[in-house]
Amino acid sequence: MRREGSAFQGVGVVVLKELSDHLTSVRMRVLEWLVVLVALAALYGAVQQIKETTAEDPFLFLRLFTTSRDPLPSFVSFISFLVPLMAIGLGFDAVNGEYNRRTLSRILAQPIYRDALLFGKFIAGLLTLAISLIALWLLVIGLGLLLIGIPPGAEEIARSFLFLLVTIIYAGVWLALALLFSVVFRSAATAALVTLGLWLFITFIWPVLAGAVAQVIAPIDPRYTALGLPTPMTAQMEQMLARLSPSTLFAEVVVALLDPTTRSLGPIYLSQLQGAVLGAPLPLSESMLIAWPQTVGMIAGAILLFVIGYVIFQRQEVRA
Amino acid sequence: MNEGVVIEAKGLTKTYGDATAVDHISFTVGRGEIFGLLGPNGAGKTTTILMLLGLTDISSGEVSVLGFDPAREPLSVKRRVGYLPDTVGFYDQLTAADNLRYTARLIGFKAREREKRIADALDQVGLQEFAEKRVGTFSRGMRQRLGLAEILMKGAQIAILDEPTSGLDPHATAELLAIIRGFKSEGVSVLLSSHLLERVQSVCDRVALFNNGRIALMGSVAELGREVLGGGYVVDIEADGAALADRLALIPGVSGVEKIGIGKVRLHADRDVRSEAAVEVVAMHGRLKYLGVQEPSLEAIYTRFFEAKADEGKTVKDGARHAA
Repeated sequence: MRREGSAFQGVGVVVLKELSDHLTSVRMRVLEWLVVLVALAALYGAVQQIKETTAEDPFLFLRLFTTSRDPLPSFVSFISFLVPLMAIGLGFDAVNGEYNRRTLSRILAQPIYRDALLFGKFIAGLLTLAISLIALWLLVIGLGLLLIGIPPGAEEIARSFLFLLVTIIYAGVWLALALLFSVVFRSAATAALVTLGLWLFITFIWPVLAGAVAQVIAPIDPRYTALGLPTPMTAQMEQMLARLSPSTLFAEVVVALLDPTTRSLGPIYLSQLQGAVLGAPLPLSESMLIAWPQTVGMIAGAILLFVIGYVIFQRQEVRA
Repeated sequence: MNEGVVIEAKGLTKTYGDATAVDHISFTVGRGEIFGLLGPNGAGKTTTILMLLGLTDISSGEVSVLGFDPAREPLSVKRRVGYLPDTVGFYDQLTAADNLRYTARLIGFKAREREKRIADALDQVGLQEFAEKRVGTFSRGMRQRLGLAEILMKGAQIAILDEPTSGLDPHATAELLAIIRGFKSEGVSVLLSSHLLERVQSVCDRVALFNNGRIALMGSVAELGREVLGGGYVVDIEADGAALADRLALIPGVSGVEKIGIGKVRLHADRDVRSEAAVEVVAMHGRLKYLGVQEPSLEAIYTRFFEAKADEGKTVKDGARHAA
């Protein structure tokens, strides 16, 4: 049975409406200030550190993003905490908010499909995040120019731009998760709490737990321990499990993109390092190749979460 | 499909797991008719409405809205049908006009037509002064009126109103019912649901009484009154004149005469005997002060009918009262 008309009819209208809602909301304003202030603090720390320590570095500009100075974490780690928070903040009441305001059935009685509402909300959320992140990125580049006084090279700009794109994808994963829970839970507070709880678990607890679980699945071989080496099977298992978390994937991609000397994101054998000039930077294309699987993983995760939310939304009753 | 029929449901059924919310109901709504779905909460009225709009799946049965199947052609149905949900909600931070603009954009009206339609619709429901006010400041009655404005703006051929008067004060109810009558005069068919029988009795051409997911009774209020209350018409007369009661008792069709006060007489008849009664009073040189026929009350019909059902016990024959 084919439905009449396009599933995308009305998407544009929903996107524009949601976008204007987001950009004028108090919530967004608070989140933006939070991100900007935190980013400035991290940037300041990084600049101080760079001025003190670095003498010569071909990728000085990229150090802005990754250098930290105690007690502040680096810009990148700030971003990896705050972007999920922003995405969840934008998405946790997307669908259940309509339901609780009693606008859902009225909107769905207009000649559009439910698809349009969900697509529109996701696209609008992602656009909002993208706008904020691009503004933040430009701010960092501009301040970097002013504070360090050395113009970035083309490759540095390219690498940091890719970092921006990956950050938007990362935000998309969390937005899709928040949207999913906003469909599942009728109460916005429950949805927010569950999403934040899951974020805490995935980001902070899972990486620790992954090691323990890996040891259960693939026990440590005492022969390796005797040699003072990690057991390859266990290490691989641990990494595989840890990569279920989008935060891990994001961290790996960021390392590969912003640190050109990164040659591998997993454990490698010594034999694989033969002939490698350690510490020598890789060309951009090689770094992208290293980061590619993780990036695809994040995109796939976002799509998967969105599809689950989509299916549940399609089957949901509109009424109380 | 019949030319004059806008909604036609045949054996419409909705089940949730084992529970049956709507059980094989059939009804038709004619063009320009106000049709009431009446019954207690949880009787299946809202579910029926959602099925008509294609907002929930139909378990079995057939339904046609303006010749379209809501399950297969939901967009065609939703383009032509306006819906006012039970306790309608709007975006509180937006103005009344902006709320309608969003809907108008979703429907796909062009900018110029959009503004004209919105202004006209707000005018018709008396909200033109509040067009640029935030909906957050609106009372419940104003929200309901804004919901009706949305239907007017849409230019719908059918207006489906779910509990339009619930929670409104008498004044707001009267205003709302006046707007609903306005729909009829513009040729818009209205399907409305309510559990408040008295309030909607005055606007409905025909009603269907719901009980436990079934239509127990259907027809005009007068028809139902005759069918359930059994006793035709009640005519009240106030006039002076000697031996009036005896004279009135002779009118063909009058089955009983009752004195209910000084100069006040109540006639029980099997038809509307007002004109004959007036003739009799005048013929006796009496002075006629009041002459009126009591409309059967839906409340009475409803109560009587379900009391009767309860008396019959659980072995009630289902189809017996399934009108047409």
